Amino acid sequence: MKSIVIISSITVLLLSFKQPKKPQSKIDSSPQASINRGVAVYRKECMSCHQADGGGVPHLNPPLSENTDVLGDKKKIISIVLKGMEDRIPLDGEYYSNSMASHAHLSNLEIADVLTYIRASFGNKASAVTPAEVALVRGGKKK
Amino acid sequence: MYKNMFFLFLLLSVVVATKASSDTLIEKQRNLGVLTENAGLKLPVGFAAIVAIENAGRARHLAVTPQGKVYIKSGKLINGKSVLAFKQEDASGKLAITQSFDRIAGTGIAIKNGYLYTSSNEEVFRYKLNSNGDVEDTAKAQRIITGLINRRQHESKSIALDNAGNIYVNIGAYSNSCQEKDRAKGSKGIMPCPVLDSAGGIWCFKADKENQTYGDGFRYATGLRNVMGLDWNTQTNSLFVMQHGRDQLYQSWPEYFDTTSGAELPSECMYELHKGSNCGWPYIYYNHLLHKKMLAPEYGGDGKKEGSNEFQDPVVAFPGHMAPNALLFYTGNQFPSRYKNGAFIAFHGSWNRSPLPQAGYFVAFVPFKNGKPSGDWEVFADGFAGKPIINSTRSAEHRPCGLAQGPDGSLYVSDDSKGTIYKITYTGK
Repeated sequence: MKSIVIISSITVLLLSFKQPKKPQSKIDSSPQASINRGVAVYRKECMSCHQADGGGVPHLNPPLSENTDVLGDKKKIISIVLKGMEDRIPLDGEYYSNSMASHAHLSNLEIADVLTYIRASFGNKASAVTPAEVALVRGGKKK
Repeated sequence: MYKNMFFLFLLLSVVVATKASSDTLIEKQRNLGVLTENAGLKLPVGFAAIVAIENAGRARHLAVTPQGKVYIKSGKLINGKSVLAFKQEDASGKLAITQSFDRIAGTGIAIKNGYLYTSSNEEVFRYKLNSNGDVEDTAKAQRIITGLINRRQHESKSIALDNAGNIYVNIGAYSNSCQEKDRAKGSKGIMPCPVLDSAGGIWCFKADKENQTYGDGFRYATGLRNVMGLDWNTQTNSLFVMQHGRDQLYQSWPEYFDTTSGAELPSECMYELHKGSNCGWPYIYYNHLLHKKMLAPEYGGDGKKEGSNEFQDPVVAFPGHMAPNALLFYTGNQFPSRYKNGAFIAFHGSWNRSPLPQAGYFVAFVPFKNGKPSGDWEVFADGFAGKPIINSTRSAEHRPCGLAQGPDGSLYVSDDSKGTIYKITYTGK
C-alpha cells in the first residue's frame, strides 16, 4: 500500500514536471539568435563539404554564396536539406559531382537556424527561415 | 652533465611532440632540404621552374610528344575546344599555342606510337600525329572506346597505355563507399557492392580497335574507388595507379572516428596492378599509421577491425584526402640519378580534412629501385596553393592535376584551377 502511494506520487511529480515545459516558448526566435545557433549546426553538418568559407569545392560540392538554390524560394533549399540531392543538374551553369545525403534527421529548428545562418553569411543577405516554414515542407510532421 | 641531459630531454620531447601531431608527417617531408622560389614554387636545391603556359582552361592531364609538342586536355571547353596544342616559342621555355580541337571536355590524354589519345567522361578517341608531333587532321578523331559509365561522381576517365597495344581506362565508382544511401550518416554498405560490375576499377581495351565498349574489353583490376593518376612502369612492365580514398569516415561514422582520424584516414594509396588485382574498395580502407587494411565501417568495421587479406596491399600509402590526380614514373636523364625510375605524384589538394587545415596541393616524389620504393615519399614541388594554410579548398590559387615528361627530361605540371602549366628543370644551381 505504502509503495503504491510512493509510486503514484512519483508519477504525479514526474507528470507535473513534464506538464509546464513548453520548449518552443524558451527559444529566442530573433534572426540573430537563430544565426548564432546555426553556426554550430553548420560546423557539424555542412562545413566538411561546403567548407569553412561556404565556397564549396570546385566541381564537387557547390558554393553556398551566390547560389540560386540557396537564395531563391526558401521551399527549394529546405527541400534539398530534407531530401538531399542526387540529380546531375547544373547549378548556376556549373556541374557538381558529389551527391548530398538527406539531412531529415535534423529538427525543424536546426534546419531553420542553419539556413538562416547560411542565407545571412558568406556574402549572402537573404531573409531568415523559420521552423514553421521547414515544418510545412517536411509535410506538417513536427520533429 | 645535467645541462646536457636537460637538453636531451628537451630534444626528445620535441621529437615526441612532433610525432604525435597528425599533420607533422607532411611538414617533415616538406622540410627536407633547402627550398628555393621559382614561379611561386618551392623546389629542392638545383631545380628551377617557369610558367610555360597561362590560362589553358581547366587544364586536367597533359602529354608531350618526342618533338616537344605539349597537348593539354581541358575539363571545360575553351572557345568550343577541349584539346590545346603548344610548341616551344623560344629558348625561354615559354610555349605558344598551335592547334585547338576536340569538342568534348574531359581529363585523359596520352601519346603512344604516333597517336594522341584523349578521353571524355564516357569515351576515348585518338588522333594521328605527323612526324612533327602535330595532329594530322584535327577533324578526324577515331572513336576507340564508347559507352563507359558516367554517373555524376568520379566521372573522369584517366588513361594509360602499355607497350603491347593495350589501353587502360579508369572507370571510377559512382559512389563514395557503396552505401545504401550515398554519403548518409550511418548508412550500411551494399553486399556485394553492385557498382563493381561496371565501375570501381581499371578496364583494358585494344589501343587500335574502334568503337569498343564493356563487352570488347575486360576488367583488368577491381576494388579501386577512383583512379585519377595511373602510369605504365616500363621497368616493371606493369601498371601503377594512385587511388582516391573514400571520404567522410568521421562525418558518416562519428562513433568510430574523430576529426583527426577522419582527416588523416584513409590513406591515399599507390598500387601495382596485375590482371585480376583487387584492391578492396568499398570493403576495406588502408591505415598508413598502422600499416594495415581496415574493415570499412559500412561493412561492420569500427576503426579497429582489420580487413580481409584477400585484398592487395599498397606499394606506398600517403595521408588521407590529398587527392592524387596524376602519377608519372620519371625515365629522363636530366634530373639527378636518384630521380630515375622514381614516381612523381600530383596531389590536387584535399577538401575532406576540415575542421583541420586542408593538405596536398603539391607534387610528391617517391624514389624507386628495381621497381620498388627505395625510400620515404617527399614533397618535391610545393607552393601551388599560394599560401601556407588552406582552410577552404577554393582559396588555393593553383591545384596540381597533371604530369608529363618532356623529351629533354623536364617535368611539366598542369593546374586545373587557373590553367597554369609549370615546367620544372634541373639546373644544378
